[in-house]
Amino acid sequence: MVSFYGKDFSSRLLIGTALYPSPAIMQHAVRASGAEIVTVSLRREAAGGRIGNAFWDLIRELDVTELPNTAGCRSVREAVTTAQLARELFGTSWIKLEVIGDDETLQPDVVGLVEAAAILVKDGFDVFPYCTEDLTVALKLRDAGCRVVMPWAAPIGSARGIVNREALKVLRARLPEVTLVIDAGLGAPSHAADAMELGYDAVLLNTAIAKAGDPVEMAKGFRLAVEAGRVAYEAGLMGPRDFASPSTPVVGTPFWHAVS
Amino acid sequence: MLVVLNGERTEIAARNLAALLSERDYEHTHVAIAVNYQVVPRARWTDATLNSGDQIEIITPRQGG
Repeated sequence: MVSFYGKDFSSRLLIGTALYPSPAIMQHAVRASGAEIVTVSLRREAAGGRIGNAFWDLIRELDVTELPNTAGCRSVREAVTTAQLARELFGTSWIKLEVIGDDETLQPDVVGLVEAAAILVKDGFDVFPYCTEDLTVALKLRDAGCRVVMPWAAPIGSARGIVNREALKVLRARLPEVTLVIDAGLGAPSHAADAMELGYDAVLLNTAIAKAGDPVEMAKGFRLAVEAGRVAYEAGLMGPRDFASPSTPVVGTPFWHAVS
Repeated sequence: MLVVLNGERTEIAARNLAALLSERDYEHTHVAIAVNYQVVPRARWTDATLNSGDQIEIITPRQGG
């Protein structure tokens, strides 16, 4: 079980709903992933449009918990207002808070992020901030009232896996009471297992599943990898060693200590 | 009067949000609305008076990551 703001979930895999070849494949992939939380967004729609209604119906059919995001916001004001619109639209106080600081890397503007998080927590939101692996930023987010913190593994959509392993290990060690989610940059199930083996509570991804050759099978692959990584973490991983250590018993080896 | 609706300068006849939704064919669409960066709850759409130059955002659910 993993808990987000007092709500318990069996699955430690959160997935996005964008970029799939079709709405039907998105639905099948969500089901195959076992995810109980999906990310959604909100956008302008031309007058008379029905795209939003159709998507709303698809999500409701899945019977999952929605986590709206503030993707694309580039200022504190935009992010705060978008979060408030999301609360009105989706009827949830949960918000995946993104304040983008650079268009090329989609790197979070961590200064604006902390400011927006503080405003939203005071406004009653349960904030899921998308941040970098910077420790002091994570500490400030925690101090602002975030009980979930979501550092990136690598830039959004880059499929590179964990880039700064040591910093992510430090985050885990320094924030034991915070629910930590690796969000963004995962490209393969092995990357997700990697994150889980580091002791992260969950992973969140979208592109690696949606853009796979077979998104439904890839969703299954990520589900299995997240489960495997978590089980391994709970089982207790052995540490690396500099030299070999035989696994087969040495005592009794034929010809051991034989006189030549 | 002239307002900015979803980022575009738009001439509207409506004087409140409920009337605007009807005028722009948003009825029966699941939307949320902000006027000048302030969210206007559904319960206040009829009372929410619009003014010339208002920046109005009408948004709907969409796929996201």
